[in-house]
Amino acid sequence: MDKIRALIVDDSSVMRKIVERSLRQAGVELEKVTEAGNGAEALTALHDNPVDLILCDINMPVMDGLEFVREVAKLDGVKGVPIVMITTEGSESHVVQALSAGARGYIRKPFTPDQVKEHVLPVLGKKP
Amino acid sequence: MSTDTSFVTRSHEENWLPVLELAVEEVFEIMLGCRVKPVAQAEHAPNSEFTAMIGLAGALCGVITVCCSTKSASQMATKMLGDAATSADEVSDALGEICNMIAGNFKNKLAGTDERCMLSVPTVISGEEYSLRSMADGKAVETVLLFEDAPVAVRLELQS
Repeated sequence: MDKIRALIVDDSSVMRKIVERSLRQAGVELEKVTEAGNGAEALTALHDNPVDLILCDINMPVMDGLEFVREVAKLDGVKGVPIVMITTEGSESHVVQALSAGARGYIRKPFTPDQVKEHVLPVLGKKP
Repeated sequence: MSTDTSFVTRSHEENWLPVLELAVEEVFEIMLGCRVKPVAQAEHAPNSEFTAMIGLAGALCGVITVCCSTKSASQMATKMLGDAATSADEVSDALGEICNMIAGNFKNKLAGTDERCMLSVPTVISGEEYSLRSMADGKAVETVLLFEDAPVAVRLELQS
């Protein structure tokens, strides 16, 4: 698998590290990882850091994950980048909102590395 | 292990404690790699050097708290991060995330409630010299579990 550039968006720095570790355990080779603590920080980071994959929480201060996904969908050059939500919000309405806004995958916390593999590899065009 | 257990009953009230216990057990097993079970509270008085809180609003209104010793909070952070060194900020962050996942897992198991209940971002208090008074004046349930032989208390307080 080619190395990819990932953006991990979560207000918990511990969770960002766990998501990065889970990506590596899933066999995703990472060229670069950019981190952001909320949706607004993530939008700023995208200006200077082109990415191939975005993993994003929903409940965050300043700008939540659903609003971030909607904003990404408006950005030329970024809107095609696959987004996978990783969140404690597991309700059907949150899943529908996220997928309708443009997210390509949805993982509920708590999650296993296998679940990351199952949901992330397909959006990268790989078999889990 | 299933993480999709729904408790569909006319009233969730009688299921709050078992649902909370299941939510806690799953978070500890999946994120920390530890099997934990509830223990008798009278024999294992929990320490409150660290307290993480998540507010619930909407169909369920109240607060979920996780209380433990500094040592337990640090051990949880180490378990979550593997061999990575854990700073004081990371210890608080880790405990807040554990509380967040317990709260999310709990409400996701209450069929029909998860859609109409929102979670706050976590708050973590360190130090025992405080008193916590929730405006939730309704039912409260608490479970105490042993993590690395030390008690960890998880409490749900709801507005009536």
